[in-house]
Amino acid sequence: MAIKTQPVTVNLGPQHPSTHGVFRMRVMFDGEEIVDVEPVFGYLHRGSEKLAEERTYTQIVTLTDRMDYVSSMLNNQAYILAVEKLAGIEPSPRGVWLRMIAAELQRIASHLVATGFLIQDLGALGTPLIYAMREREGILDLFEMLCGARITNSYLRPGGVFMDAPDEFWPALDRGLDDIVRTIDELETYLSGNEIIFSRTKGTAVLPPELLINASITGPMLRASGVDWDLRHRAPYDYYDKISFERKLHTASDNYARYWVRIQESRESVKIIKQCIEQIEPGSVRPSFDDVPRLIRPPVGDAYAAIEGSKGELGFYLVSDGGIAPYRMHVRASSLINLTLLRDMLIGGQFGDLFVTFGSIDLNMGEVDR
Amino acid sequence: MIGLGLPRGFIVTLKNFIRPAVTEQYPDRHVGLLGAAKEAGMNPFQFLIKKPADSLKAIAGLATVPVAVKQSSRFRGNEFVFFEDRCTACASCAKYCPLGIIEIVSVPGKIDAQEGESYKLEVFDIDIGRCMFCGLCVEACPYDALHMGTSFERSKYVRDELIITKEELFDAPKRPSSFYRPQFEENAFDPFKETVDDFHDAGRHEQPSAEDLKKKWVDER
Amino acid sequence: MNQAFLDNSLWRNIYCVLAGDSAQCAARDYSPGMLPGGMEWLAFLLAAAAIVGLFVNGVLGGVIVLIWGERRLFGRFQSRTGPNRWGPWGTLTSVADAIKTMFKEDLVPAEADRILFNLAPILIAAPALMVFSVIPFGVGTYVADLNVGVLFIMAITSLTTLAVLTASWSSANRIAILSALRSVALLISYEIPMALAVVGVIMLAGSMSLGEIIQAQGVPFILVQPLGFFVFFLAAMAEMARAPFDLTEAESELAAGYLNDYASMKFGLFFLAEFMAEISTSAIITTLFLSGWRGFDPIPSHFWFGAKLIAVLFVIIWFRMTLPRLRIDQVLKFAWKGLFELTMINIVVTAILIFIWPQPTTAQLWYMAAVNWPVAIVSIWAVSKLLGTPAYEQTQPDLNAPTYPVGSEDIPASSAYVPEVKTQTSLQEGGD
Repeated sequence: MAIKTQPVTVNLGPQHPSTHGVFRMRVMFDGEEIVDVEPVFGYLHRGSEKLAEERTYTQIVTLTDRMDYVSSMLNNQAYILAVEKLAGIEPSPRGVWLRMIAAELQRIASHLVATGFLIQDLGALGTPLIYAMREREGILDLFEMLCGARITNSYLRPGGVFMDAPDEFWPALDRGLDDIVRTIDELETYLSGNEIIFSRTKGTAVLPPELLINASITGPMLRASGVDWDLRHRAPYDYYDKISFERKLHTASDNYARYWVRIQESRESVKIIKQCIEQIEPGSVRPSFDDVPRLIRPPVGDAYAAIEGSKGELGFYLVSDGGIAPYRMHVRASSLINLTLLRDMLIGGQFGDLFVTFGSIDLNMGEVDR
Repeated sequence: MIGLGLPRGFIVTLKNFIRPAVTEQYPDRHVGLLGAAKEAGMNPFQFLIKKPADSLKAIAGLATVPVAVKQSSRFRGNEFVFFEDRCTACASCAKYCPLGIIEIVSVPGKIDAQEGESYKLEVFDIDIGRCMFCGLCVEACPYDALHMGTSFERSKYVRDELIITKEELFDAPKRPSSFYRPQFEENAFDPFKETVDDFHDAGRHEQPSAEDLKKKWVDER
Repeated sequence: MNQAFLDNSLWRNIYCVLAGDSAQCAARDYSPGMLPGGMEWLAFLLAAAAIVGLFVNGVLGGVIVLIWGERRLFGRFQSRTGPNRWGPWGTLTSVADAIKTMFKEDLVPAEADRILFNLAPILIAAPALMVFSVIPFGVGTYVADLNVGVLFIMAITSLTTLAVLTASWSSANRIAILSALRSVALLISYEIPMALAVVGVIMLAGSMSLGEIIQAQGVPFILVQPLGFFVFFLAAMAEMARAPFDLTEAESELAAGYLNDYASMKFGLFFLAEFMAEISTSAIITTLFLSGWRGFDPIPSHFWFGAKLIAVLFVIIWFRMTLPRLRIDQVLKFAWKGLFELTMINIVVTAILIFIWPQPTTAQLWYMAAVNWPVAIVSIWAVSKLLGTPAYEQTQPDLNAPTYPVGSEDIPASSAYVPEVKTQTSLQEGGD
């Protein structure tokens, strides 16, 4: 006797507690099994790329803050690198070191948020999320000390940063790094050995590395599948060639591996910051206004610069027509490209794993929709 | 399914249970008898005898003491600090604003044979409702007339009230943030305790002495 | 007036103060009551009303306190302060919440089945209250001491699922129906280990009456029946859909599940029922495994019961704060392959022990505990070995190995990228 079943289509989002912003999925279930997924996005589209065509090169920094709003320093860095490449600006060394410190701090903050929300999606009712957020608050305090803002930093300027770190920043940074290491230890004690998390994330949403490379997935998602691809190592920008760090890889390519890679990368970031503190040199933090004026008029041409963002390769493509504003700006948003494999990850899985898998991509709707 | 990982997790949560809370309460926090006595500046026994009503309130957990939020002095906040005496109405801030929310109207002012021609500000409006506090206007100001503020309480019931005018800016207490103003950091100026009353103190640029002027305008020619 | 009622001190005190020259009361040194003679029936009714009022209001008051306490504890576990604004230490926060809930607009979805939609909150709140009628809160403080008390509790608590099913079906919401189906699956799976876990306790006590079970606990049964306690605790957590088994209202997946379309006091009743279930579950655990109101003499029995209740509540909240949610297939696997076997082991071992020591004395209970603990630890370890997910053997790949050919022709075409999508029609045709 066959039981006749019928798949059910459910609309999840855009207003759903776990969609990390405004994202919508039209999901077809057969019982608890996912049969089909249709992602719908664009609810947070603000036209940043078009807005950039009406702004000067310095003003666009404020727009990049708002793209991936949990890693604005990294966005600033990618954009500034593109501007420097386009206009041929030689950055001042202290500014570069400072922006590397800021970027690595932001990477830790972003990974902490990703881990916290992943566990929140697993249903842990906020406890690990708040532990992660508590530590992120410490990092945001450091940012406030550096540039006066916590999330929308706009710290970087073409050629460096706008202001040197205050004296009280360096001891606070040392303390903050110790706190970060302690919190990561705590999270790892709590999470890495937790049988429930292990049984829920191991073997779910496994993606073969060939598929990931074909879909041009980057970042922790790619490294969790054993592909050694980190732009800080492969195509060093800023002073990453003067820094030694370990690339943490995992071979399983499932949700647990992605979480594991993020946690380990945060540890590596702490080491990178410590090396930056050792190597930082005194001097001016940005070139003088005679070399790099406030209104930059880059020569006609185009430039693409990419960094290893917290979510993958984050690139900015700028076309200049010789004016004070770019003719065209395009962002290679890692969240958007990582999202393209959502359907492959979800189909055949369980409904309970839907948002866990979604969270393991670590996407940010601000960056996806821009 | 059940192994040693779960008990370790329980121990982590219990450790955090014992740890003090990290919540920063604002604008006030509830205190017990000890806290209330400390706030009043006496020891608990004195407090009990001298202020029995307040002590009862404190014992019942209803006493509150105000809390100052820990902020960096570079905090880019509300209530821009503006020194009209320093402003030359060059409109650099308006030009640099990514959103174009600063409105400046200037008219030619007095013509002084000694100090030269100067412009007078008619209108200087900032639409805080659309401001994103990026600080580019402050960075652009060549004469340190405009500074970021340090407060963050400026909610209003009417949208129009969010536009701050020249008069409001001028009358407001001057607690400038040291964002892009290294001179404040060098002088260890604390915007949460002091104000800048004299516009001379706000600038990086010192007024040139007569000798400098002579050197620049007479000797070099 | 029958004898059993007068053994209950709560009943006796209220009844005898009211009733006139009742011979039974006089025999127990009560002076003549307030009502004239021959009005014992009225005294009986009044006493019943008073006791029901006392219990219902007591439970509701307990819920209000529990909501506040739970939120404070959540705050502490998460390094926060929790509610602390309204009233001393925030105690009035849940009162304010209750008032707010009552004055909200009562929305009913257009597609909803109105009768069932309105019935469901009552269906869930009534059984949650009824459980309290058999629980002894102290010496002689209970509404009724049924001789099938445990069975009554098992039967009544299962009604919750009926209410959840009614609520989700009537609100005509697909997400709610998913949650209801999960709820039914949870109930069917966890009712069995829960009932079987109590069998050990019943065998030891020789009775299903909660009063007699407490009397039998010379040693708290948590020591004698560790396996039974373990299974019962987890199964009870699943029964009231608490973390890590909160699949029915899984906030991060179903966004509240069957509660999706409820607003105002209807939602409030569901909320109340959830917290009443929490209190009643802790009370049942206290009674069955922690020797109920028994304790040292100078401290009254009610305090002992309250202290144990709060301790159990704390552990439940601690569980909720620490553990992530399990997936539905893992939850069911855990029930059928894990807890069910554990209860079976428990029953067999307990039966053997009872065969050796029928009518156990306190010393014999300690011997039983000494046998049961190693059995419990070994069997839990074995089950976790069988059910657990093994760790990864190797995580770090060889960094010096040749990398994948990025962007070359060697990458095989994706097989997973265009998966075979089962459509509605293909599923209907290919039924198996």
